[in-house]
Amino acid sequence: MGLKRTFHLLGSPPTVYRLAGLLGPWVGIGAVILIAAGTYGGLVLAPPDYLQGDGFRIIYVHVPSAYIGLMAYVLMAVAAAVGFIWHMKIAHAVAVSAAPVGASFTFLALVTGAVWGKPMWGTYWQWADARLVSELVLLFLYLGVMLLRASFDDRDKGDRVSAVLAVVGVVNVPIIHYSVEWWSTLHQGPTIAQLDTPSITMDMLVPLLTMIAGFTLCFAWLILKRVQAEILDRESRARWVEQLVTGASA
Amino acid sequence: MSVFTSMLERDLRLAMRRWSEFATPLIFFVIISSLFPFALSPEVAALRAAGTGVLWIAALLSSLLALDGLFRTDMDDGSMEQLILSPASLGLLVFAKICAHWLVSGLPLILIAPVLALSFYLPPESLPTLMFALLLATPTLSALAAIGAALTVGLRSGGTLIGLLVLPLTAPVLIFGTRATDMAVHGESALGPLYLLGALAAFSLSLAPLASAAAIRVSVE
Amino acid sequence: MKEFLAMGGYAAYVWTSYGITAFVVALNVWLAQRRYRRALGALRPAGTQAEPVRQPTVRKMT
Repeated sequence: MGLKRTFHLLGSPPTVYRLAGLLGPWVGIGAVILIAAGTYGGLVLAPPDYLQGDGFRIIYVHVPSAYIGLMAYVLMAVAAAVGFIWHMKIAHAVAVSAAPVGASFTFLALVTGAVWGKPMWGTYWQWADARLVSELVLLFLYLGVMLLRASFDDRDKGDRVSAVLAVVGVVNVPIIHYSVEWWSTLHQGPTIAQLDTPSITMDMLVPLLTMIAGFTLCFAWLILKRVQAEILDRESRARWVEQLVTGASA
Repeated sequence: MSVFTSMLERDLRLAMRRWSEFATPLIFFVIISSLFPFALSPEVAALRAAGTGVLWIAALLSSLLALDGLFRTDMDDGSMEQLILSPASLGLLVFAKICAHWLVSGLPLILIAPVLALSFYLPPESLPTLMFALLLATPTLSALAAIGAALTVGLRSGGTLIGLLVLPLTAPVLIFGTRATDMAVHGESALGPLYLLGALAAFSLSLAPLASAAAIRVSVE
Repeated sequence: MKEFLAMGGYAAYVWTSYGITAFVVALNVWLAQRRYRRALGALRPAGTQAEPVRQPTVRKMT
């Protein structure tokens, strides 16, 4: 009963719009606090790594962005599938919103990974690093979904067709990841260090977890804002939106 | 099952009438492979080192890019609507179309691949493995291409978009296919990657018809 | 302070990473807000004066 009711409430655009409006500021404040604390912890409090020195501090931005990039793709695929199966507008709005944000964080993970790679490997790009290569493929998958959706004039069709692609993509993500990993182990000399801290201590881990939580809240804030915008676009003819607009300008 | 065979028969007969459907991917495959020596060098060592990768990339591109028409002709002449309305499952019909497409474009690739492999100085002992790997890989490529074609069937020009959507998904096929060929070239047993190629084929052939059918339904609405 | 900025010789890499991250996050925040403002703006019939959208308190993220 409770679950079903929640599901129905989440399918109602005005409820979600208002809920997002209420949650947004709090999520945003939380994001700012956590990211500020995580940055301070990562740059100042955490001790330098015994192998990588201060260069390892890049993980505090690289790992959270990689995590958001992947998490956003899964979220997008799940939301798209829910939207496809139950014809739920809100779910499609979430899927549309997650794509550009997730793609930008995946891009960020690639760039910070490359910048980190330079002092560690001597090159910005290392094909043998399975994680970076998988992130590159993930970025391609994001671009595919976004381009496919943009090619349709009819929003409903664009939503539903790109939902199929998102689900196909999410099924393939683990296959691609493990095959790339398998492939990289074949071509990898033992000298290449993975972008990873071999032994992470507690005072290194706490800022990292703080940062991941902060990035997650930041992502949530972005999604809430974009979902609100999507709802307004999609419901522009609905009475409650009209009341919202006239009420706001009166 | 008779629905399956009649669909297969129909598509094959249509393909026979338009022989260009056979020829295009095949000629594409040959042309891409023969352009590579110009880009690399005519030296035996260089070509042998690059040969496996070249053949696989060429096979990948030619089986994907020649696929824009898989559902489009049916869409344009209205027979797709009939297929959707028919009591048979659309997934099964799509599966039949994938099989027909594979017979028309995938099989010839496998048959011509040894000739091209020899021109890249791959050792003759590796040819059976290469062909077997292609036999396992091309159905996956056809299945992925069918998804791409189904996703873009509602668009006026889907050709280049298909490549963009599907090529990232072919990475595992490329990895295991080149690995199997490389192992055969070096005289090792390539069973491991071949099993994985077979698993990919079974997986993609069972799920791709469903995904394609879902996309086609949306596009026809 | 100087020592902190030097990052044990990794200054260029560490500060580039953090700078790009700050830029991408800020860009995301800006784009999301612009997207929202435009959606709200599109609802108002042309000619009527739009009330400035209430800005959320969260602007800067570093």
